[in-house]
Amino acid sequence: MLHTVNKSSFERNSLQSCLDIIDEKSVILLLEDGVICAADNTKSSMLAQLAADGKVFALKGDVEARGISAKLAENIQLVDYSGFVDLVVEHGTAVSWL
Amino acid sequence: MKIAIQINEGPYQHQASDSAYQFAKAAIAKGHEIFRVFFYHDGVNNASAFTVPPQDDRNVINQWAELGIKNADGEPELVICIAAALRRGMLDESEAGKNGITGNNINPAFRISGLGQLIEAGIQAERLVVFGD
Repeated sequence: MLHTVNKSSFERNSLQSCLDIIDEKSVILLLEDGVICAADNTKSSMLAQLAADGKVFALKGDVEARGISAKLAENIQLVDYSGFVDLVVEHGTAVSWL
Repeated sequence: MKIAIQINEGPYQHQASDSAYQFAKAAIAKGHEIFRVFFYHDGVNNASAFTVPPQDDRNVINQWAELGIKNADGEPELVICIAAALRRGMLDESEAGKNGITGNNINPAFRISGLGQLIEAGIQAERLVVFGD
């Protein structure tokens, strides 16, 4: 299953809520302010293991818009909107952690 | 693949409608079908025919309208929730008439309908993606 997180972990607990119930088949897409979670000096440690398993994606345009391209934590995979569509197609209806 | 979209926020205040638009555009470019876009809560404000943003800014409402998302009968599949719309002063000609109000402000690329349309989209489409705040 695809889980989308669109809020910084400094603003809301949506990333933690997602991580609390996520199963081993799931992947996470960070978008909008959610990409802040992927910066290496923030809460990315929460995602490190999942990222190492290739299960954490971040929307490229939102990463660039927030100026964190050079600060991304390891193993975060960048996707564009076309890649977002592919994730939805591949992993089924998305759970949006709004 | 048939994909449905739900948007819970209005234009300009949050990124939800912009993100959903970019997603829809990418999906169509890849050959997928956007079965329906359902605008709920403040999302109904995306259907206003009266928005006039500065010329050097994107026009979120027109962008949606230009995608031309319709069903086989030619009806718009950009659907706004009726209860959310009436509360926020979003009225088409029919609803304005029923409520004794002069004027209407729904962009013709959108239509007003009920929450059942969201449920139907969830059943009929193979994917439902929600954008909000």
